[in-house]
Amino acid sequence: MTKADLVNAIYERVGFSKKESARIVELVFDLIKDTLEKGEKIKISGFGNFVVREKRSRIGRNPQTGEEIEISARRVLTFKPSQVLRNQLKSV
Amino acid sequence: MTKSDLVNDVAKAIPGGKKRDAEVIVNTLFDRMTEALTQGDRIEIRGFGSFHLRERKARTGRNPKTSDKVQVPSKKVPFFKAGKQLKKLVDSVRK
Repeated sequence: MTKADLVNAIYERVGFSKKESARIVELVFDLIKDTLEKGEKIKISGFGNFVVREKRSRIGRNPQTGEEIEISARRVLTFKPSQVLRNQLKSV
Repeated sequence: MTKSDLVNDVAKAIPGGKKRDAEVIVNTLFDRMTEALTQGDRIEIRGFGSFHLRERKARTGRNPKTSDKVQVPSKKVPFFKAGKQLKKLVDSVRK
């Protein structure tokens, strides 16, 4: 499934034009992105939570050369699926 | 930010500005994505990330209270991978 399928779903269900529907799908993901950029989490009940986590710097190793390198502190995005979604997908 | 905050923000930005429309939009998006995963389909949202299912093998677990052995059946678990653009964006405050 791609963004185009979501655009079609909006077009069929909400009755906006294709062009508007495309803009709206883009808008929703942009709003989510803006929030995550601020380090704030997104909670979608029935689906899951997107959480920004702070990672401390650590020493890693290049698996090919065995060379040690410092992996800098960073922020990463994780997704925690809701129990509802987990149960729905358990036996797919 | 919760789903209802998202609905409010969407309402402000759509033609007509109706909250009812915004609600249908947000619900439709997440319902469709759930549906795709239910069908075993992978989701790819450019500029955002992708969702796919991973299989967890069956294993023997233990009831932590009684320490009885229980058979945990294999199951599928949804997995999200942030896209390059989003990864960068989330980490951008630091750099």
